[in-house]
Amino acid sequence: MAIEVRIPTILRSYTGGAKVVEGSGDTLADLLTDLDSRHAGLRGRLVTDAGALHRFVNVYVNDEDVRFLGALDAKLNDGDSVTILPAVAGGAFGFAAAAAIASHAVSALR
Amino acid sequence: MLSIDRSIIDAIVAHARRDHPDEACGVVAGPVGADTPTRHIPMDNAARSMTFYEFDSMEHLRVWREMDDRDEEPVVIYHSHTATEAYPSRTDVSFAGEPGAHYLLVSTREPDTEEIRSFRIVDGVVTEEPVEIVDAAVDPNAVQSYMFGQSPATVDYECSGR
Repeated sequence: MAIEVRIPTILRSYTGGAKVVEGSGDTLADLLTDLDSRHAGLRGRLVTDAGALHRFVNVYVNDEDVRFLGALDAKLNDGDSVTILPAVAGGAFGFAAAAAIASHAVSALR
Repeated sequence: MLSIDRSIIDAIVAHARRDHPDEACGVVAGPVGADTPTRHIPMDNAARSMTFYEFDSMEHLRVWREMDDRDEEPVVIYHSHTATEAYPSRTDVSFAGEPGAHYLLVSTREPDTEEIRSFRIVDGVVTEEPVEIVDAAVDPNAVQSYMFGQSPATVDYECSGR
């Protein structure tokens, strides 16, 4: 059961530079656990310590944002294509609140 | 150094002015590896905020797929600051997820002039770079009078030394 996963530039250090990897799982959570067994550390960049998907990481199954498919519980099928994109966000909002948001943000991707 | 065509800069500034006082954001795509921005793609600011921008997640996917299909990459990622200088905020640095991109900032806080600056943001480190605005799309029939006027073909905005 193969699911194609497209990896963004900033996370390719976990995949040996590969832009596309394959994995398996019945849900997104299972898929990320499977990927982490071969690409250690990848899951930690996408999932918070509390076990939720990072707010500023976009994950898509085929053409759908997983936020509308149950997030980590999103169901996957053989042949699905999963795309990971770090949110493109920012702005002048540079105060204490920004630091609070950022602690949940793509800074976690580094 | 970011080298970019004047027509693209004009379109970015027009976008920033149009959305002012909300922040505007977008991408300039270019061929993979060429470091040349060629295709301006204004994006929706899903946050519709004066102090924050965020690409709409579905538009983000569509545009990134399209770039992939065309062997392009995001050469420039731009946004506007509408009340502050064109320098990356802590928020901008936290969110910068495209280490290969030029992060272009436009400040529209002055009604008549724009501040345009470009940065690399890699691993949380901000490095300003000069912006070279190039008049590439000059009408060949206009070249003679254009040269006669001795208009400069390029304008270099140097870093301000921060």
